[in-house]
Amino acid sequence: MSDVFTSAAFSRRDFLKTGGALIIGFNLCGASLGQEEVDAVAFAAGPDQPDSKQLDTWIAIHADNTATIFLGYVELGQGSSTALLQIAAEELDLDMNQVTSVRLDTNRSPNQGATAASASIARGGPRIRAAAAEARRALLTLASKQLKAPVERLTVSNGIVSIVEEPKQSVTYGELLGDKPFNVPFTGTAPLKPISTYKIVGARVPRNDIPDKVSGKYLYMQNVRVPGMLHGRVVRPRGQSAYDAGAEVLTVDESSIQNIPAARIVRRRDFIGVVASNEWDAVRAARQLKVSWNPIRTLPGNAGVHERMRAAKTNDLVLKESGDVISALGRAAHTVSHTYHGPYQSHAPFGPACAVADVSAQSALVMCSTQNAYETRGQLSQVLGMPVGKVQVQYYEGSGCFGRSCYNDAAQAAAIMAQEVGKPVRVQFMRWDELGWDNYGPAHLAEVRAGADASGKIVAYEYRGWQHVWSTTETSQQLAQGTPPGESDDGVARQLNKLNLGSMYDIPNVRLVNHRVPGINGYLKGANLRSPLDISFSFASEQTIDELAYLAGIDPLTFRQRNMTDLRWLGVLNAVGQAAGWKPRKAASRSSDSNVVTGRGIAVGTHLSSYAAAVAEIEVNKGTGQIVAKHMYGALDAGLAVNPGFIENQISGMLVQATSRVLKEEVTFTNTNVTSLDWNSYAVLRFEESPEVTPIVIQRMDQKSTGAGEEALCSAAAAIANAFFDATGARLREYPMTPNRVLAALGRARSDSKKLSFQPSTTQDTVSQRA
Amino acid sequence: MASELKIEVNERIWTISATPGTPLLYVLSNELLLDGPRFGCGLAQCGSCSVLVDGIETRSCVTPVESLKGKSVTTLEGLPTWYAKQKGLSRAPTFHPVQQAMIDEQALQCGYCYNGMIIKAAELLSKVPQPSEAQIRSAMNGHLCRCGTYPRVTKAIQRASQMVLEVNK
Repeated sequence: MSDVFTSAAFSRRDFLKTGGALIIGFNLCGASLGQEEVDAVAFAAGPDQPDSKQLDTWIAIHADNTATIFLGYVELGQGSSTALLQIAAEELDLDMNQVTSVRLDTNRSPNQGATAASASIARGGPRIRAAAAEARRALLTLASKQLKAPVERLTVSNGIVSIVEEPKQSVTYGELLGDKPFNVPFTGTAPLKPISTYKIVGARVPRNDIPDKVSGKYLYMQNVRVPGMLHGRVVRPRGQSAYDAGAEVLTVDESSIQNIPAARIVRRRDFIGVVASNEWDAVRAARQLKVSWNPIRTLPGNAGVHERMRAAKTNDLVLKESGDVISALGRAAHTVSHTYHGPYQSHAPFGPACAVADVSAQSALVMCSTQNAYETRGQLSQVLGMPVGKVQVQYYEGSGCFGRSCYNDAAQAAAIMAQEVGKPVRVQFMRWDELGWDNYGPAHLAEVRAGADASGKIVAYEYRGWQHVWSTTETSQQLAQGTPPGESDDGVARQLNKLNLGSMYDIPNVRLVNHRVPGINGYLKGANLRSPLDISFSFASEQTIDELAYLAGIDPLTFRQRNMTDLRWLGVLNAVGQAAGWKPRKAASRSSDSNVVTGRGIAVGTHLSSYAAAVAEIEVNKGTGQIVAKHMYGALDAGLAVNPGFIENQISGMLVQATSRVLKEEVTFTNTNVTSLDWNSYAVLRFEESPEVTPIVIQRMDQKSTGAGEEALCSAAAAIANAFFDATGARLREYPMTPNRVLAALGRARSDSKKLSFQPSTTQDTVSQRA
Repeated sequence: MASELKIEVNERIWTISATPGTPLLYVLSNELLLDGPRFGCGLAQCGSCSVLVDGIETRSCVTPVESLKGKSVTTLEGLPTWYAKQKGLSRAPTFHPVQQAMIDEQALQCGYCYNGMIIKAAELLSKVPQPSEAQIRSAMNGHLCRCGTYPRVTKAIQRASQMVLEVNK
């Protein structure tokens, strides 16, 4: 057994205490990756786009000895635009104050696809690093001629190239190139700096956007204004119906806004908007305009959605099959089998989507907060009936979006209105538009069975999961053009996540079955919500693992350690246990009769890369059913941490957001409409409910950088579920873990324990223990 | 119909034209071109649009502009000057201590909610220079953050509190 298991190994490690957070640095030679790689994806240049095989597409050197880096990724509030500049500055031997980036523009930036899957650093980093190395090589070739010295004798500091033995002989990058193009191909062959010499990568460089953001100078999308622009608002039913239903206009009463003469109605089929030069006129006209909509009663209501999914004719796919789960379960000493429910949840950006469009007969410019400018551009070309090459999309940061919220919808709405009125139009969604017409993170149903032998070794694991995939037709297009609702294919993040479901444990018999529910008729629109579906997966899977530990009479952390050999999974598990001061004991061994009880839970998980583990310390009020997360700990190993400070911030945020999602968030709907339309009906975690957080970054300078923007969410949520059992001895198999559900679970546990004193439980969900 | 009225924002009197009932937020954004307060919900539920009105944190998305007659509005942009006046400083600092502390703590992620976070924290420290953690949480409870940065906001307010005390010395 590796020494990673022992606590002595921990004390040898380098725990650096910084600002309340722990950074653990160590090398792990020969560690098995064990995870699918998110490969760098090559994107061909589209129309009017720069050639990504030319160095000038990536980097420009200015006369003042500074550099501009053209990033193919957008800033979503996570700091990756600063981190990518760290990589560029490091490789170019520039100081951080000598590098800047420009906002993503489909006509100017290299096409690197979407900013998604936490891949900005994993995919973008190597490209920027290679481009910067190539630029440095080209600059040193120029310097060699100028200084009449071979390249080997040159050294660079802050963009000043000098001869090693004669430091007074020097020339700056700016003098060498000064706003002229490199005119060299980007070959990707320039030698890279050894990581051991890094000064900027791996350092806690402060983010470059924060000073402007705290002083009101930052240009958010919502602050973009263009001359002559009108303000537009969409007019829709309050809350969406089923995806295929869209919205059907019966009548529009134009007289209902006759007291706002400056407001104009814009209509294209069932798409209705209002525009006015004064924003308040647009807001109240949209609110006041009487439109009667055809009510469509095909939704199951949020309480009936899981039943509908379970009964649906699904498209089934065995994603993984190893050994023989059924016979292994038959032989297991301890088995568990349960059903779990996860709700639809909303992206719920704090600031609703906003876009400004300027559309002429020949071309269109649309400014918006899309995570994928190229996807947005393609859709806009369809909506506007204009070739893709005539549509330019510019990115401006909005409020954190956490996946495909309403940004494309708002961009289309602005484009449609601008095309109709022949003037630039700024559209901002109202709170009810954003929460009511989101592409929600889909609901999930899981049936999980697992077994362990008498020694506590997991021998069998089966996970069957039901959910629908993502909608592909945005509402504006659907309403304006009658475009039929479409769905994405099956695929990563839209089906069971193999990395999250059992694969961190060494289990000989595993079966993963994906039941794809057809999501067009009778379901809500769906899309990727940060770490898509993973909270639902881990909520079910890590509770299952925890129950096996309980039945085997083993501490939940120890049980996980014994069932793992991957050093990186063990690394995060041990690090989080260490940070939380975890002492081994059986779960629920301290339950008491007091009204307010405390508990702790642990879980592991990821998204598509990286390794995370979390510990939750919670308090449960058995009288009110209220759960309070008191302290959350999260450890993340994302390989080389380009900026550990940014990753700590991501972990902290994920610990809080996971708490919100597992305790509070649920999209509610009736048979006709979504009803969670404001911050009361779609409740999120508030300041007074926020846990203390301890983020732990595992720094691995010898490993590739992988995602750090979503991977700690699901373990944090599952840790809370496990802590609830530790506190109360009861399991909650549906989230959000609201007071009503908590009280019901406590009631069930009480009646189960009474029943068990007479006869074995014969409920559908069974927990059995054999001698 | 729009009518002309005068409002005081960031120590300056502005003559604006607005329909009675227009929320202050739209005037700040579109007439005064101030980008600190931003639309978040329009329902006074989130704190995105907060400003100080005579030193009291106020939701500009539901405050009719005509109700501000004779009152003094301070936005995020005017916070350093407001602070200097309050503390009798000869010159306004670049940042209010709360703004500086948010930078020092690298507190934010997307930062969209920070207008309200900073306005509310500035109000709190003007009344309670050394708030306890419970006082901070209670005062800030009406301000939502979707990125989950509450713990860092708390730390930043504690740090700002120290900075304010040092100015008083």
